[in-house]
Amino acid sequence: MVILAALIPLVLSSALGVVYAKHQSRKLFVQLNELQQQRDAMNVEWGQLQLELSTWATNGRIEQVARQRLRMTNVDFDQVVIIRP
Amino acid sequence: MSKHLHKPASRFRLSIVYVAVSCATLMLVWRVVDLHVFHKDFLQNQGDARYLRVVPIPAHRGMILDRHGEPLAISTPVDSVWVQPTAFSSAYNEWPKLAKLLQLDLANIQRTISQRKDKEFVYLKRHISPDLASRVMALELPGVNLQREYHRYYPAGEVAAHVLGFSNVDDRGQEGLELAYDDWLKGVQGSQRVLKDRLGRVVRHVEQIRKPVPGRDLTLSLDRRLQYLAYRELKRAVLQHKARSGSAVILDVHSGEVLAMVNQPSYNPNNRDQFKGSQTRNRAVTDLLEPGSTVKPFTVVAALESGRFRASSLVDTTPGQMRLGKAVIRDSRNYGQISLATVIQKSSNVGASKIALALPDETLWKVHARLGFGSATDSGFPGEAEGLLSHARHWRDIEKATLAYGYGLSVTPLQLARAYSVLATNGIVKPVSFTRTDDVIEGERIIAASTTRQVNRMLEAVVQEGGTGTRAQIAGYKVAGKTGTVKKAVAGGYSDDRYIAVFAGIAPASQPRLAMVVTINEPRGDIYYGGEVAAPVFSKVMAGALRMMGVPPDDVSLRPLKIAVLNHSAGGRP
Repeated sequence: MVILAALIPLVLSSALGVVYAKHQSRKLFVQLNELQQQRDAMNVEWGQLQLELSTWATNGRIEQVARQRLRMTNVDFDQVVIIRP
Repeated sequence: MSKHLHKPASRFRLSIVYVAVSCATLMLVWRVVDLHVFHKDFLQNQGDARYLRVVPIPAHRGMILDRHGEPLAISTPVDSVWVQPTAFSSAYNEWPKLAKLLQLDLANIQRTISQRKDKEFVYLKRHISPDLASRVMALELPGVNLQREYHRYYPAGEVAAHVLGFSNVDDRGQEGLELAYDDWLKGVQGSQRVLKDRLGRVVRHVEQIRKPVPGRDLTLSLDRRLQYLAYRELKRAVLQHKARSGSAVILDVHSGEVLAMVNQPSYNPNNRDQFKGSQTRNRAVTDLLEPGSTVKPFTVVAALESGRFRASSLVDTTPGQMRLGKAVIRDSRNYGQISLATVIQKSSNVGASKIALALPDETLWKVHARLGFGSATDSGFPGEAEGLLSHARHWRDIEKATLAYGYGLSVTPLQLARAYSVLATNGIVKPVSFTRTDDVIEGERIIAASTTRQVNRMLEAVVQEGGTGTRAQIAGYKVAGKTGTVKKAVAGGYSDDRYIAVFAGIAPASQPRLAMVVTINEPRGDIYYGGEVAAPVFSKVMAGALRMMGVPPDDVSLRPLKIAVLNHSAGGRP
């Protein structure tokens, strides 16, 4: 009888514990999913930004902008001054 | 009625009811036990098979970067649309909307679905942008799902296409370095078990079976700016001379790294609809050519090593041609009695042949073999050609002679560049590498430094007035190089109107940093000489490369050069 009296509250509390743990796990899982979705969205954006960056930074485009818009030219060797340390 | 109630039921009837009820109960209990205990495995499996699914967790492929960390190949996430045919068929009326959105042919979808009615998973369209994917999902059609995949994008496009190669729709390397380093780059898909409902929606994640492992990044030895510069100039020259194809290779002579490798014709690896094998081949490592006059410096190396010649030794090339058996070896004119340096500077075939014939049988062959002709470089590039160098045993005089001016052996442009880098390092050969190496590469000495110094001085004369390669000059820098105009081998001999123009050289000559080879295959114009077609490409690309790498000018003699000394004036003219 005594053992039974001791076991019943233990079983009850363990049952409540299971319920609690399950609830927590569901909550965390929802959170995990949200974070994973966030991460994926950021990855997508990062990839697109990388592409955008490399499209803007194509050597051909940079050369064109430098030559036409900024009117830059290659240094003629006559204009070079060599500095001896 | 009330009488009936008070009348005790017959014991017999009561017991029949008892037995019947307990039998029924027992049968139910037995059925429960039977299902739960004896058939549990089978039933559980059946249930799981209907709802539990193992789905992959995608892992992306590593990036490919150039030596400064600029991306050359990136995997970006995309979505693939797949359907579950049974569920999807129920929304037949909505198909045209989907077809329009995905730009698919409705009849095509119908055919695909009816062919695979009994399947659970059918791709409708692969690799669409995440934007479009979300619009597809907004239609809320039953049985339509997305799968995250990765699409490979090459920012440098056709400029680096041959070296990088490409990967297929499943993210596996197919060509080039994508193939060579597939194990390093590829991600390993993870997998997880999920519970799905009738419509294929994920209800619950059960467990993660395997963690996804993303691929590792790969840092190449290529320099994207150099690559672009080399590509631009090569393409310009190939177009200008209406050539069939062309290649250029730049090696860092101290580390053996490939700084640039470009080919023409090229292709856009981002749009692979119109692929042709002739465009995707990395000619600089797969295509063989007879190197022609560009191997004459190595003939001279053999001559100096044998001890029978010195730099000042004279060779008699009169009368400008010589007969060996049936063949006649010709110079463009009669140079008379000339030194080894002049043999190189004027590119005398007769001179080179006479030198070779005066050497012991195996000398020339040994020099070529040491330089790596006839054996693949250790670049690890897929499909690299070994070249051809037959053993000295089989040589007759004519073969010895032709070998001296570059016929009868075949090499790749990469092998030729490596051989010239040996001259640049004063006799030390380094392993060719497509990946960046930060360590100091020891290499192996294969030619004495005193020999290469003499040969390099002769090669400098090629580029100076009176030589064949004056158009390879670079303002401010000394260049050592050699031109080659190779007749192409055709059935029954050598062609008289199809050539390969070659220039191989190193710069700056006083302390070489770079070795470069330019080959232009079948220029179809009035000019086809290596010194006219290939040398200008060398000059332009090398000038840009030296400037980008900040190599100080070493040639201050040719033009009046302003030199400021720091102690006295810090600036100089603006």
